[in-house]
Amino acid sequence: MTEVLVIGSGPAGLAAACAARALGRRVVLLDASDYVGGQYWRHLPPERPARREAVLHHGWSRFQAMSQALERDPLCEIVTSAHVWAIDAGRVHVMVGEADGAGREARTYAAAAVVFATGAFDRALPIPGWDLPGVFTAGGAQALAKGERVAVGQRVVVAGSGPFLLPVASSLVQAGSTVVGVYEASHLAHLARQWTARPWQLLATPAKLLELAHYASVHVKNRIPYATGRAVTAIHGGQRVESVTISAIDETWRPIPGGDVVVAADAVCLGHGFTPRVELPIAAGCRLDARRFVQVDEHQRTSVAAFYAAGEITGIGGVDLSLSEGTIAGHMAAGGHLEDRALRDARARRDALRSFAERLERAHRIGENWTDWLSDETIVCRCEEVSVGRLRSVAETSRSSGLRSLKLQSRAGLGACQGRMCGRSVETILAAAAPGGHLIDESTTDRRPIATPIRLAELAFGNDKSVEK
Amino acid sequence: MMARLVRAAQDPIGPLAPTRITLTVDGEPVEGVLGQTLAGVMLSADTVAWRSTSFRDKPRGAFCGIGVCFDCLVVVNGQRDVRACQRRAAPGDVVEFHRDMPLSTPEERP
Amino acid sequence: MDVTIVDRGPAAGGTSAAGEGNLLVSDKGPGAELELAKYSLDLWRSLVGSLEDELGSAFAPVEYDPKGGVVAASSASDAEALFRFAEAQRGVGVDARTLSVAEALALEPELSPAIAAAVFYPHDAQVQPAVASEALLASARAAGTRVLTGTAITGALRDSGGRLIGVTTTNGSISADDVVVAAGPWSGDVARLLGGVLHVGPRKGLLLVTTRMAHRVLHKVYDTSYVGAVQSDSSALQTSSVIESTAAGTVLIGSSRQDVGFDDRIDVAVLRAIAANAIRLMPFLADAMVMRAYGGFRPFSRDHLPIIGPDLDVPGLWYATGHEGAGIGLAPATAELLTALLLGEPTSIAVEAFLPGRASLVGTA
Ligand SMILES: Cc1cc2nc3c(=O)[nH]c(=O)nc-3n(C[C@H](O)[C@H](O)[C@H](O)COP(=O)(O)OP(=O)(O)OC[C@H]3O[C@@H](n4cnc5c(N)ncnc54)[C@H](O)[C@@H]3O)c2cc1C
Ligand SMILES: Cc1cc2nc3c(=O)[nH]c(=O)nc-3n(C[C@H](O)[C@H](O)[C@H](O)COP(=O)(O)OP(=O)(O)OC[C@H]3O[C@@H](n4cnc5c(N)ncnc54)[C@H](O)[C@@H]3O)c2cc1C
Ligand code: FES
Repeated sequence: MTEVLVIGSGPAGLAAACAARALGRRVVLLDASDYVGGQYWRHLPPERPARREAVLHHGWSRFQAMSQALERDPLCEIVTSAHVWAIDAGRVHVMVGEADGAGREARTYAAAAVVFATGAFDRALPIPGWDLPGVFTAGGAQALAKGERVAVGQRVVVAGSGPFLLPVASSLVQAGSTVVGVYEASHLAHLARQWTARPWQLLATPAKLLELAHYASVHVKNRIPYATGRAVTAIHGGQRVESVTISAIDETWRPIPGGDVVVAADAVCLGHGFTPRVELPIAAGCRLDARRFVQVDEHQRTSVAAFYAAGEITGIGGVDLSLSEGTIAGHMAAGGHLEDRALRDARARRDALRSFAERLERAHRIGENWTDWLSDETIVCRCEEVSVGRLRSVAETSRSSGLRSLKLQSRAGLGACQGRMCGRSVETILAAAAPGGHLIDESTTDRRPIATPIRLAELAFGNDKSVEK
Repeated sequence: MMARLVRAAQDPIGPLAPTRITLTVDGEPVEGVLGQTLAGVMLSADTVAWRSTSFRDKPRGAFCGIGVCFDCLVVVNGQRDVRACQRRAAPGDVVEFHRDMPLSTPEERP
Repeated sequence: MDVTIVDRGPAAGGTSAAGEGNLLVSDKGPGAELELAKYSLDLWRSLVGSLEDELGSAFAPVEYDPKGGVVAASSASDAEALFRFAEAQRGVGVDARTLSVAEALALEPELSPAIAAAVFYPHDAQVQPAVASEALLASARAAGTRVLTGTAITGALRDSGGRLIGVTTTNGSISADDVVVAAGPWSGDVARLLGGVLHVGPRKGLLLVTTRMAHRVLHKVYDTSYVGAVQSDSSALQTSSVIESTAAGTVLIGSSRQDVGFDDRIDVAVLRAIAANAIRLMPFLADAMVMRAYGGFRPFSRDHLPIIGPDLDVPGLWYATGHEGAGIGLAPATAELLTALLLGEPTSIAVEAFLPGRASLVGTA
């Protein structure tokens, strides 16, 4: 029997696996990617060696130490290209093989404890023209730069909110692109209020500050314009991006009339925060918290016994917080105690970083009037091509306040991505259009019992080679 | 060129010589590098769109780059619905574009 | 009549948004339910037109599609049983056309050539059930119905003599001469709150949804086990194939029947069985990509017939429920019967088999 099963091999998952191994438990580490590292340490495949890949990364030596220790360890089995597609009755169902392949190997794991470390993905708010080729999520541009050495454009606009826009711009510069500008939607005054509210808290997180300082220096050196209180509010082009409208916005993110400029660009990177990948925890019955991240206690325990969670699925806080949470989750999942010496550091860092993360979140929170930059024609659900006007019209004609019914009426969120991209924006727009200004069913767009698509034949004949050692 | 592969000579990471591979993309031979994903191969050739949407016939390519948006779907060796940003390119792969528009309606109903 | 609809959730948020919208005659043998289905399908046909006229093009399309259904038998003995079933249906006026394998493949080219025979039912149709429910509700609203969503029934309102004169809810009480319980699989609970005894249980069903593809499933396609399952009493897991494409290009693949209470977790073993059946029937689906599984709880009664009419013991309490896997198809006829009963008018078709006081329900209560 697997003793600790870790799903996701980003910083949190790697740290969890290491901590569980440190207590002597047998570990299985699963990741859908072809290589471990997650989003933060996304790197080139071994077929594309380079002399100094480390220059693209922070904490690369930490990554190598963790991943190599686990790879050498006979009691840790690392399974990459392992697509976890369902969880039922505590069993974890996995297809191992090519992404979206056919005839992959079906495995089912039952473990004494499971750690979810499935991370998050960028949230991009709908903007007129955001469905044009050449528009990417900020993380997508980053992933392509780190994992492919592809520069998504020659003249690139980076826009959205949050400190993550800075490393993205740095990566683009390192890939040879010209960054036209980084446009942070939050206002400087607002940022300053949040950042200086409790300056002593920042002292507890020097590594984070150093990293931010590093990005800032890259920006200064490359003279990347950085503007606050600005948002991309329209993207123009025929078959691909040609230019973007950048608007001055107020503190609620409402465009200020007369504050627009149009700049030429061939790529746009959007990042308005992150959405956690919570479908597996939801399938396992784990509760989400009020911010819709996986709810965990001090032990990184979810609401379901034997299931733990760590990293960005519990809240957005960056790599160091993910590592600390991973360490604690792995240790606890392996039967350790919270008071153990081994956790002293990780706990102290976690607690300090969490308050840092909360400040980040407050500082970069999405302004409630972002929807003012939408027009009726703006596509919200990219898969089913559902426009803002359509969403509002189904809400108006049916007067429904049920998300499920409104989704079925409009088809928003029913396409291939299953609402991953549009879900929360769809909820916002529908709620505003619903009677009383809110939706009343308990349904959300987060529930996806099939966490990653699977071919019907794989489902039918995936003769469940149960892996229980 | 707009989307492209970072030029090896200017790349701070000092890439070593890669292994070249050839695939067929939308009927044309396209050169790639072993280890790239299909999205990587296409973007390196400044192909930013490789799918047309089913209702409005709009061009789409990669968006999220990490397998969550499903905008980058292609047909690979006859298999539909493969995320180009997740699938590694193999030499000789035949990549076709999804063009389901207009959604055909069932005819010939008795 | 002055009508108020009360739902604890939003409208169309229960079973009606958790199943398929097949409007079928094919799966019903001669008897009261088939008569109800035939009548109801006729009503649906005229209803969709009038709903569209009334609600206009801004309203989401109900996706009514009278595409017809093909039932395929996989063995010679199944074929024989199917032909007998169809023969009996023809005897009561159902258009059921027996097909050779070649004819079946001409009609539905992706059917497995290994089938033994098939029957075509031109009158089978489908709607998008959640949109259809919303359309009916919008029409009712336009006719003056009050709709109180987010309002749960909590108990009975009674006069000094103990007669039911309305309901109490989480948003205050509502007085009414008559109260109709149409709470799907929760109807038994609501009946109890109002002093009635009603046996309606949940029968879980799961479905798979594929990604969009060019239309290759032209009709509704089922295997013959569907016929058996609908009328079955077994509480063990049963699966039978129901395959249909939707207007958006996805394919819905059903379905299972399981008596597990209101346990809404997705069971992989059930999904596997559904998938295997579907591939046997339409082999091209092997490569189809499944992107979602969903399901709900069919409201079933002990004799598997709908329960329409007055409670035996509680004056003023009425039922319209227990339709199991056919509540969408049977909705318009149910509404007509109930309305006639409430008004004390003659019903357009015989209602005895559906009355709450019928022997097959009372005898076992
Ligand atoms: C595209 C992208 C790029 C980013 N780049 C940076 C950056 O350069 N700098 C920075 O400071 N922050 C970056 N971030 C933020 C980053 O997510 C965190 O700082 C950090 O990676 C979080 O670690 P984690 O372990 O929680 O999750 P992740 O690193 O996201 O790891 C989660 C892992 O789980 C796997 N997984 C998810 N679902 C499944 C499944 N169903 N089956 C199997 N495996 C699964 C994924 O493949 C992934 O490897 C990026 C985020 C994104 C989305
Ligand atoms: C998988 C599956 C497939 C199906 N396929 C088909 C098909 O192809 N064709 C077909 O005709 N039928 C099909 N059905 C059956 C059909 O969906 C049901 O028969 C029908 O939806 C029942 O409708 P209803 O209005 O009675 O119940 P519901 O739609 O469940 O409505 C009941 C309502 O009562 C409300 N309620 C409950 N308790 C209270 C309370 N205390 N106070 C206030 N309100 C309350 C609920 O919120 C709910 O909205 C299928 C069902 C399933 C599960
Ligand atoms: S680019 Fe989003 S899934 Fe491939």
